[in-house]
Amino acid sequence: MGAAVLGTLAASTLSASAQGVVNVYTNREPGLYSATLDEFTKATGIKVNAIFSEQGLAERIKAEGENSPADVLITVDIGRIQEAVDLGITQPVKSEVLNGAIPAQLRDPEGRWYALSMRARAIYASKDRVKDKAINYEDLADPKWKGKICTRSFQHQYNIALTAAMIVKHGEAATEEWLKGVKANLAKKPSGGDRDVAKDILAGVCDIGLGNTYYVGLMTNGTNADQKKWAEAINVILPTFKGGGTHVNVSGIAMMKNAPNRENALKLMEFMTSPEAQRVFADVNYEYPVRPGIEINPLVKSFGPLQAEEMSLAEVAKNRAKASALVDKVGFDR
Amino acid sequence: MSTLAASHRLSATALRRALNGAPLWSVAVVTCIAALVLAPLFSLVRIAAQGEATLWAQVTADILPAALLDTGLLLGGVALLTGIVGIGAAWLVTAHRFPGHRILAALLPLPLAVPTYITAYIYVEIFDAAGPVQMALRSLMGWSSRGDYWFPEIRSVYGCVFVMSAVLYPYVYLAARLMFLTQSASMIEVARTLGASRYTLFRAIAIPLARPALAVGLSLALLESLNDIGASEYLGVRTLTVSIFTTWLNRGSLAGAAQIACVMLAIVLALIVMERRGRRDRRYALSTRRPRVTQPVDLSGRQRWLATLFCALPVVMGFVLPIAFLLREVFRRGLAEQIDEAFVGHLLTTVGLSGAATIATLAFGIVLVTASRLARLRLTKAALAIAGIGYAVPGTVLALGLLTPLVALDTSLGSLWRALTGERIGLVLMGSAGGIVIAYLIRFLPIATGSLSAGLERVSTGIEDAGRILGARPRELVLKIQIPLLRPALASAALLVFVDCIKELSATLLLRPLNTETLATLVYGHASRGAFEDGSLAALVIVLVGLAPVIQLVRSAETGPGKAGSAGSRGGTMPSFRAGAEKSAPQAPKTVSFRAPLSRPRNDMAIFPTRRSSARSAAPP
Repeated sequence: MGAAVLGTLAASTLSASAQGVVNVYTNREPGLYSATLDEFTKATGIKVNAIFSEQGLAERIKAEGENSPADVLITVDIGRIQEAVDLGITQPVKSEVLNGAIPAQLRDPEGRWYALSMRARAIYASKDRVKDKAINYEDLADPKWKGKICTRSFQHQYNIALTAAMIVKHGEAATEEWLKGVKANLAKKPSGGDRDVAKDILAGVCDIGLGNTYYVGLMTNGTNADQKKWAEAINVILPTFKGGGTHVNVSGIAMMKNAPNRENALKLMEFMTSPEAQRVFADVNYEYPVRPGIEINPLVKSFGPLQAEEMSLAEVAKNRAKASALVDKVGFDR
Repeated sequence: MSTLAASHRLSATALRRALNGAPLWSVAVVTCIAALVLAPLFSLVRIAAQGEATLWAQVTADILPAALLDTGLLLGGVALLTGIVGIGAAWLVTAHRFPGHRILAALLPLPLAVPTYITAYIYVEIFDAAGPVQMALRSLMGWSSRGDYWFPEIRSVYGCVFVMSAVLYPYVYLAARLMFLTQSASMIEVARTLGASRYTLFRAIAIPLARPALAVGLSLALLESLNDIGASEYLGVRTLTVSIFTTWLNRGSLAGAAQIACVMLAIVLALIVMERRGRRDRRYALSTRRPRVTQPVDLSGRQRWLATLFCALPVVMGFVLPIAFLLREVFRRGLAEQIDEAFVGHLLTTVGLSGAATIATLAFGIVLVTASRLARLRLTKAALAIAGIGYAVPGTVLALGLLTPLVALDTSLGSLWRALTGERIGLVLMGSAGGIVIAYLIRFLPIATGSLSAGLERVSTGIEDAGRILGARPRELVLKIQIPLLRPALASAALLVFVDCIKELSATLLLRPLNTETLATLVYGHASRGAFEDGSLAALVIVLVGLAPVIQLVRSAETGPGKAGSAGSRGGTMPSFRAGAEKSAPQAPKTVSFRAPLSRPRNDMAIFPTRRSSARSAAPP
């Protein structure tokens, strides 16, 4: 039995280098955009092979070297895509289609990565207990929230990106103070995920917390009846930096340097930014499409107009290591 | 040297003499296995050394203290809780009669089948602020918010201690129970004759007897806690393993991660030393006679029910509750419909990968153990010890360290192939299941070697000597004598390796080829999407598959403590206890009936000085 399965596995790998496939390495759970991938296969006949791991894929591609089967890397945030660029495993792509579809600030000037979708780092606030409708990121360090804030680990990439943006905005020293202030306001040790923040607000553990916008859509329309209740307990506030916009992060795609199926990879990249695929991101995944002119989902629209922060995402990504070091320094997660 | 042995040696070639009777190929294979196990560790140390000097300063100042504190609290807590539950329950069910004691004795090991990450997901669902327990409490007491009352936080280091202990106490329980079953009868009876109270019995006999078992069981439980990433990260505990990841990913610092990993390996080594000491103590405590079973005494009055409660609680917490939760989710959400072609495919992949890894692990284990036994060379002994390291390395760290050597191997295979055929084959190992199978092999090899060497040690070397006298070649010694004798140990090792492969998550995630899902990665995928319940079916299947070997262990341990008694495996590798060697003691097959007349007399030590007393404890009465 073992041998038979191994044989099948080996055969599937060998055929992976043949025509008609594209190999996707991703640290974003493929269930979140499998609808898009299915559409792609339906439209082009190209089979999508995927491997998902939250950790270590870029390292793996680097180690695999020139024999790596990876065609594209799809990441869950800007930091991971920058990491891939820094590791030297990407290759620049020149495509009029991509450049036409994605605004300049949402792609690498040299074409090494492209954003696929955007989400805002929002504040979930208790419908019952929080009357404020406008909260800045800076306000999270205000002592008036003492004992009222929930968040997932600040070493998580979403919060690292937010912290890095804070560094770009206000500098390292001010960010350290901000982190200390937010930590002092925590209702409990950082843990769980963004959905747990909504869950904890429902349970009265805390009043406000950080969470991405799309989780609210997923909770509201998912299969789990409990999660619907969590989403109903909160209002989504789109905060801004003082004198700036809302922190957005992107999921991104990059072509790998040693991609064995370049043409198919390019087709996939272009498909992911096509109007139909962008509509899937908006309606199935409740994200903000990167392609201008695509309607956002009505639920997401109800959070209010998104005024995205204009700083360059590459700048944010560069400050990631500093942000991570600061989070450790102030012992945020302890 | 006896003349017989000498003549045997004279007939051999010079090389064979140097190999001390082991076939050359086996020594070569043994060396390769040792190299395979060491390769990821070397690659890890190399990565760590590449870090800049400032990095280490940052790691020691900002990361290590907190990580060490959390890890220390976790290990301390797990040691305490699993120790109390494991030893207490083992003592109660072994030396006492109370309602349900027989059935509880059989049920107590079952949590071993549940992976820690699944238990963590489940307990958060049940016990956190929005879970059914606290919700019920709030509506019952009229509390409006979490601030109105105190309730222990499941997402904390203490919650993590609780979750881990609920699943890991069976390691201590099984070790302690075996010890009590096999060694305490006469002591307890003497003490009872002298009028000792139950408390005195426990303090003066149970505790000292359990000490070595405690060391063995605890070190396994602690290794599991230390290696865990799924449960501790989910519960917000920043252990060393969790810190390795944040350092690696957020700072983009593989070197820093490798440095923390090296610190962790040092702790692991300390645990191994602790286990070795415990094992050494256990040796002298062994009786060479077949032990008698302790005669249990009746508990009276309230004590009976307290004993039932004490033993039932861990079973409920570690097994009944998680299973009930999974079953409820599967039915409530109609997940049985998930059993489609794709799910069956993932199940087959899981079974196929685990099956292949099990076969490979056993084959390597047999070579290691038999070569070590036949050759008795420093080299083979060292290889056996090195093979024990794999279990101590966390899955992800292992995978990380394996990447470079695997690809190097792949590249040379690729160029060899191209030189021979002119074709490119890409990455054979990383691109296929080969990479994962190798990771499983390295990680779980100690389970096989531990079980097999314990099994073999119970057999007198006299059998092989007789074989050699009769002119058997080494291959025949292995095939006709050792392997048949090892069959029961092989069976139990196979089951345990198989289940551990099925549960394995971290190395699988990082090393699996494209489009490959195992049940564990399926559960993980759902959980990382924030919908763990959707993975309940896969989780349930993992647990059910894992139950088989646990039940087998229980049955063999319960059916014949007398036969299963020779708990003292000498110097075996770490998880030999867990490997069920002792529990499912290889009851010698019928062919061994000629063992007694052939076994050496005690003074044979003088004849075969290299042979130490390996078979001593195993000598039949």
